[in-house]
Amino acid sequence: MDLEVIDKIADRYKRKESALIGILQDIQAQYNYLPKEALLHIRERLSIPLTHILGVATFYNIFTLKPRGRHLINVCMGTACHVKGVVRILEKIERELGIKTGETTADLRFSLEPIRCLGCCSLAPVVKIDGDIYGKVKQEKVSRILKKYE
Amino acid sequence: MIKLTIDNREVEAREGATILEAARKVGIEIPTLCYHQALTAYGACRVCTVEIIRKEWSRLSTACTYPVQKGIEVKTNSEKVKRARKMILEMLLARCPNVKKIKDLARDMGIEKPRFELDNEECILCGLCVRVCEEIVGVSAIAFFNRGTEREVNTPYEINSDVCLGCGACAVVCPTEAIKAEDIKEIRKIPLWHTELKKRKCRLCGEFFAPEVEIDFLKKKDARLGEEIFETCPSCRKKELGNKILYTNSRRRKYV
Repeated sequence: MDLEVIDKIADRYKRKESALIGILQDIQAQYNYLPKEALLHIRERLSIPLTHILGVATFYNIFTLKPRGRHLINVCMGTACHVKGVVRILEKIERELGIKTGETTADLRFSLEPIRCLGCCSLAPVVKIDGDIYGKVKQEKVSRILKKYE
Repeated sequence: MIKLTIDNREVEAREGATILEAARKVGIEIPTLCYHQALTAYGACRVCTVEIIRKEWSRLSTACTYPVQKGIEVKTNSEKVKRARKMILEMLLARCPNVKKIKDLARDMGIEKPRFELDNEECILCGLCVRVCEEIVGVSAIAFFNRGTEREVNTPYEINSDVCLGCGACAVVCPTEAIKAEDIKEIRKIPLWHTELKKRKCRLCGEFFAPEVEIDFLKKKDARLGEEIFETCPSCRKKELGNKILYTNSRRRKYV
């Protein structure tokens, strides 16, 4: 791991503990997850206990300590999407990728995670991949959507 | 000083004191699980819930975190308080059905068996161990991780912490005895934190008396005490000091 990258991130926030969330977000943007070595290095750089860092990292849903795939699939599990049959879409994606919700494919291509309401219920059922929103998703559309991401 | 009423008694307390402190000072007992006078109040267990009446408005709040205010009326045992405390203890008992302290408190409120069933736990997430490790010991080896129903106290990555001293302060302060520190010959163990540390031998009696890392930590804190003190167990230290005093000429007695 390139610790200079971590140093740069820490320096950008003036190595303040109050900027911990921002630092962790930047690390995650870099590696797709929060690697242990990176957190250990942040502990030295900020001179704070590891427990403080992990307390924050395990509290917020956006952070993950396990490696994530290159693309993150968020399936909306909100009420409207549920009524519109998102569960079948989710099952279809699981079958297509051969993983369960919360897991990552072996080739690190996709991670599949549920999300509670994306706020665009008129498009239900909704699937979000990286920054792209797919509305009114049908089972037969799933594999074509997934093919767009390498 | 601030004047307030607790259970129909006129009470005075210094500014910034909490209701709990004010009440204890005059001998009014409020039950608590997560309060320790040496640590910051945290308001986690909710057992110290009291009724606070201010400008004819009544509300429930935790006595350990509520600072005294002029003219407020506090009731520690009103019907409203009893109802709330009973519910809190029933839920705590459901979580920890085998913890004596909680069983006793629940029985005081008239609960023998909770209506709910949960996993049998010992930890009530009061955070006393987390606070003592951070505020008194100063190493922060343990903390709260995850959130909601997943919330737990643990070490980073659930492996032996590289900063834990094995001092056992967390075990001493734990109200439910969920944390246990045990000594097996030359090893200090705290199983919950995956801690296993080698202890140091006393230079006089040869007993193992404290974890090496803890002694080195203390040494760094105050090096003036001299090397010997860190090699001697507390009871030998006492004996040695006693002998020194005894055999010093009584007229020129010096207490070291």
